[in-house]
This record gives sequence, structure tokens and C-alpha cells, in this order.
Amino acid sequence: MALRTFSAMDSNDARFNYVLRLGDNALVLGQRLSELVTRAPELEEELATANFALDYIGQARLFYSYAGELEARGRGEDDFAYLRDEREFRNLLLVEQPNGHFGDTIVRQFLFESFYVLQLEALTDCSDARIAEVAARAVKEIRYHLRHVSQWLVRLGDGTAESHARVQQSLDDQWRLTGEMFAGDEVDETFRLNWNGPQLEQLEADWSSRVDAVLAEATLTRPPAQWMAGGGRQGRHSEHLGYLVAEMQFLQRAYPGARW
Amino acid sequence: MADETWPLYEVFIRTRSGLSHRHAGSVHAADDQMALDHARDVYTRRNEGVSIWVVRSSEIVASDPAESAAFFDPAADKIYRHPTFYEIPDGVENL
Repeated sequence: MALRTFSAMDSNDARFNYVLRLGDNALVLGQRLSELVTRAPELEEELATANFALDYIGQARLFYSYAGELEARGRGEDDFAYLRDEREFRNLLLVEQPNGHFGDTIVRQFLFESFYVLQLEALTDCSDARIAEVAARAVKEIRYHLRHVSQWLVRLGDGTAESHARVQQSLDDQWRLTGEMFAGDEVDETFRLNWNGPQLEQLEADWSSRVDAVLAEATLTRPPAQWMAGGGRQGRHSEHLGYLVAEMQFLQRAYPGARW
Repeated sequence: MADETWPLYEVFIRTRSGLSHRHAGSVHAADDQMALDHARDVYTRRNEGVSIWVVRSSEIVASDPAESAAFFDPAADKIYRHPTFYEIPDGVENL
């Protein structure tokens, strides 16, 4: 790959975009999980899911407020969350996927959080103190999420014939969305070079072995290597994000500047 | 699964180091690990605990309310078992 193109990117601009992507992943997934409030299969699971949603929204706020400071154009958390259009969101395609059935949600969470926990662990060692601080706080939350969803994946995969078949299907359906997590671009590369950011090849290797271990315990089959979808991190999204953004932003769009 | 409910677990939380676990409530869960997770999510949201025990409600052996007279009344008229029965001698600071 052309390293010359990478170095052409302004390093502060790269850092801003890196932080914005972290915020967008967290906000979109937090919004998705909050859709399950009143719709979870059990009361206790609903409480857990709502906790997870709030963890993500809290992380999004920290990333957005820092992104606003880096950008230095007066934008804050609310501007990033409520006043950008779909194409301006930089989240992974995986996190914008609909909740589907319970197995779909568990698989989405498992695939993303297995990656996110490694990304955050790596970020605690980056040389931007603010990002390292937020990552250190967030990683504790995500370790717990991952524990929770991994247990669920094992229960469903190693459960009844029906739960096994359905969750295997969820895995097969969403696998093509995992490649994007490791497809680096100039933002990742510039952030890695200037702030000791995560090495994506290393994350991918670690992710792969951890995912394999849980899949084996869950008696699930890892889908074959295949074509991987991408584009979310550049603003090219699946059809699902527009609906999510429309619902999330309705109030600010209909009543601009509304406060409570 | 549709018509069944998950078994009930009793939850005990230790609030701070040094204090013992206290009964906090109960949760439904399909297995022990899930019970622990649910207890964490339901009862320690506001930093209430440093340790959690869960036990299946069906595993708890409880005293029979019908027998409470035989069980507990005999202790009621043995006032010498209470520390307040004894006078503390002058000069004893810590007892």
C-alpha cells in the first residue's frame, strides 16, 4: 500500500477522525441496544441490555467531546450526535445492523466486542493521554459485556438443535461484516504512526484466536473466508443506518435547539 | 421454554470489605453464571457491592413458620443471654 498517501494526511485531522469513529461506533451501538428496552426476552436481560446501552452512550459522549476539542470549530457532543446526516457517520457496518432475533443481537455484540475490547486495550497504551484515559475506563465496561455475550453464545450454540441452527445462521449472516474492523486506511495508519495506535494486523490475529476459542466452546462453525463488506468508516452505510439516525435525531430536527 | 420460567436465585451482596453478605433480593436465571450476571446488573448498579453470592432458592432450607413458637420463644425468657442483663463494672472501657 502507498505509504506516501498515508503520510499526506494531516496528523491532527487523522486523530480527530479516529476519535470520531470511536464515538460513532459507541453511539450507534448504544442506540441499537436501547431499542431493546421493553423488548428483551426476560426482565433481567433487559436490565443488562439497558446497562450496556448506557455504557456505550457514555463512551460516545467522552469521545465526542474530545473530538470537538480536537476539531476546534465549536462543535460538541450534541452536534456530532444530532446534527450530522447519515453519510457523516463513520461507524462500522456491523454496529448498525438491526437487532433481529436475540441470537442475531448476541452474535453482533460478540463479534464487535471481541474486537472492541482489543482495540481499547491497545489504546490504553497510545500516547494521547486523553484517549488512553477514556479507553482505560471503557475497557472495564466492555470486558463485562463480552463475558455476558460470550456466555450467551455458548448457551445458544451448545443449547438445543434449534438454538444452535439459528445462532449459526446469525453468525453466517454477519461474518462478512467483520472484515471492515481490520481494513485500515490512512486514518488508522497516521494515528498508529503518530500516537502509537493499535496495529490492526495484531488485533486481527488476537481477535481471530479469541473468537475461535468461544466458537469452539459454543460448538459453532467459523464461516469460511469470504468477500467482506466495507465502507461504513468512510460514510457509506447499509440501508439500516438511515432509519436509526432518523429516529435518534427526530427531536432535534423537528424542534431545533430544544433543551430540557 | 416459552411457558417455563427460569429458576429463582437468591442474591447476597457484601457491601464493603469487612461486612458480611446480606440478602439483597432475587433474580431469575437459566444457570449459575447467568444468575451472577443478573445479580450484578440488577443489584450493583449504584456501586452497592464488592462481592456477590447467588444460590438457588430451592436449595435453601428454611425454618417452618408453624414451628416458630417452639423454635424461638424459649429464648425470649432467658434474659441473662443478653449483654444488657449484666452491669458493666466501673472502669471497664471496652467490653
